[in-house]
Amino acid sequence: MSIIETKDLTYVYNPEMPGETRALDAVSFSVEEPCIIGIIGHTGSGKSTLLQHLNGLIKPSSGDVYIGGECITDGRKNLADVRRKIGLVFQYPEYQLFDETVAGDVVFGPKNLGIADDEVDDRVRRAIEMVGLDYDEVAEMSPFELSGGMKRRAAIAGVIAMEPEILMLDEPTAGLDPAAHKDIIDMIKKVQSEMNLLIIFVSHNMSDIAELSDRVFVMKDGRIVMDGSPEDVFSRGDELREMGLSVPPAKEIAGRIKERAPKFESKALSIEGLAEDIQKFRNIKEKA
Amino acid sequence: MIRDITLGQYYPGSSAVHRLDARTKIIATLIYIVALFVVKNFWGFLIAGAALFAVIEVSKVPVKFIFRGLTAVFMIIAFTFLINLFMVDGRVLWQWKFLSITEEGVNRAFFMAVRLVLLIIGSSLMTLTTKPIELTDGLEKLMKPFSKIGVPSHEIALMMTIALRFIPTLMEETDKIIKAQQARGADFESGNLIRRAKALIPILIPLFISSFRIAQDLALAMEARCYHGGSGRTRMNQIRFHRGDAIAALLVIVFLVAIVLSRFINVPI
Ligand SMILES: Nc1ncnc2c1ncn2[C@@H]1O[C@H](COP(=O)(O)OP(=O)(O)OP(=O)(O)O)[C@@H](O)[C@H]1O
Ligand SMILES: [Mg+2]
Repeated sequence: MSIIETKDLTYVYNPEMPGETRALDAVSFSVEEPCIIGIIGHTGSGKSTLLQHLNGLIKPSSGDVYIGGECITDGRKNLADVRRKIGLVFQYPEYQLFDETVAGDVVFGPKNLGIADDEVDDRVRRAIEMVGLDYDEVAEMSPFELSGGMKRRAAIAGVIAMEPEILMLDEPTAGLDPAAHKDIIDMIKKVQSEMNLLIIFVSHNMSDIAELSDRVFVMKDGRIVMDGSPEDVFSRGDELREMGLSVPPAKEIAGRIKERAPKFESKALSIEGLAEDIQKFRNIKEKA
Repeated sequence: MIRDITLGQYYPGSSAVHRLDARTKIIATLIYIVALFVVKNFWGFLIAGAALFAVIEVSKVPVKFIFRGLTAVFMIIAFTFLINLFMVDGRVLWQWKFLSITEEGVNRAFFMAVRLVLLIIGSSLMTLTTKPIELTDGLEKLMKPFSKIGVPSHEIALMMTIALRFIPTLMEETDKIIKAQQARGADFESGNLIRRAKALIPILIPLFISSFRIAQDLALAMEARCYHGGSGRTRMNQIRFHRGDAIAALLVIVFLVAIVLSRFINVPI
């Protein structure tokens, strides 16, 4: 049984009005195992719209979404139950913080789900530690006193505290400095390995996608035009560039080297992997 | 939902109505509103309605689009209608306990409702066919004479431009925050009044913070581009009256005369 599946999902903003936009166009995919899925695509290709469909925030114009085999778009399913299972972290989630304390904000989700008080406290503590913040230090602080990166992590903790089965993040690293950026990436890895859930995240940063994803969706004009492992997707560099996307730096460099040394081969997506391949290549050349 | 409100929206187009000078449209709308209050019987509304319909036809704004804007203020219209229906004294047509409907009440209720609908459609037609920028430019020019007696016409116009410009932005922001809190299981629809009011806090606080952030960014951006108030400021696009404006003015006069004459028609509709 699939964890999540969509069939011919189509969505039109402002139908028959000025500004009519077909944001999704017959999107179908299915995920069977908990893993990390990265979504890339040009701005306006429909990534955020897709995520919002997956937990029932937007009702599709046509097509269906199935969670654990159950259809959530036929109007019969209680959407509150759906949102309990699927956490969505919006872009710039720190703008949605509102409570006087970090703990107060994180508790908002679990409370809405009607979780018993004694369990709630546990969950809040676990969620805050999970995102790499120190509970005793930040719990009673105002979220507005935190640094940008910490605010973002506090906001993500608010969703993790709901203990979803699927976690979706829309551009979780947008607008962060390199250190905070790396913290978020490490956090996503940690959450996936410790909670063993399905993570779907959108990013414009190809290194993040290459580093984290087990599977990559490439979106263009509301369609999924590529769906495969990061190695597969990034080996189609020319097609990606045509869509206004790029490949991870390691791929870029490997391509340049190949222009000078046609015999050079590297499938590496990370700089470390590329360095190894270059070393090997040099060893072979020296022997010859 | 929240995006359906068309009041103050602009509908892009290049019709004769769109091309009119903003000042012409502002004055014509003011005259139209005054005329609606001059009207004494349904003949007057027939003329006003026909005139409005003609302008809508020329402007090529879809009727459907205009009526969608009306649904947002439907409650106000319904409320006015009911108040008038039950509150006016006269020849009783129907009675139930303390509630009574009179012939005069029915007349008045329809009269007020029609007036309100025409009023709303008429004024939204102005914003639908005029770019916000042109609208505020027009207002500023019209208010110019009053700046001699200390009315800050430029500042008022600028404030209006900014307010109009940020209505869609704030709506988008609200939409986003509502969705984000919904994703965290927030429920805005059930519970009693106090619970529902409380449920708004997670929306209002982030919205306030966003507004302040947007306002601050805007102020900085304006200052960075050397904005220093209205004195000595010139315009890139000068607005001018054209032949169309003269024709429009003529039509408005004809309309006004017709409305005044309609007061003297004694045949009931
Ligand atoms: N609330 C809305 N009303 C109308 N149109 C919208 C709305 N939200 C998005 N769109 C349009 O739908 C299309 C897809 O938008 P979406 O936000 O899903 O893109 P995206 O891939 O997330 O882009 P980005 O990378 O910029 O976040 C775009 O053309 C956008 O203009
Ligand atoms: Mg997006």
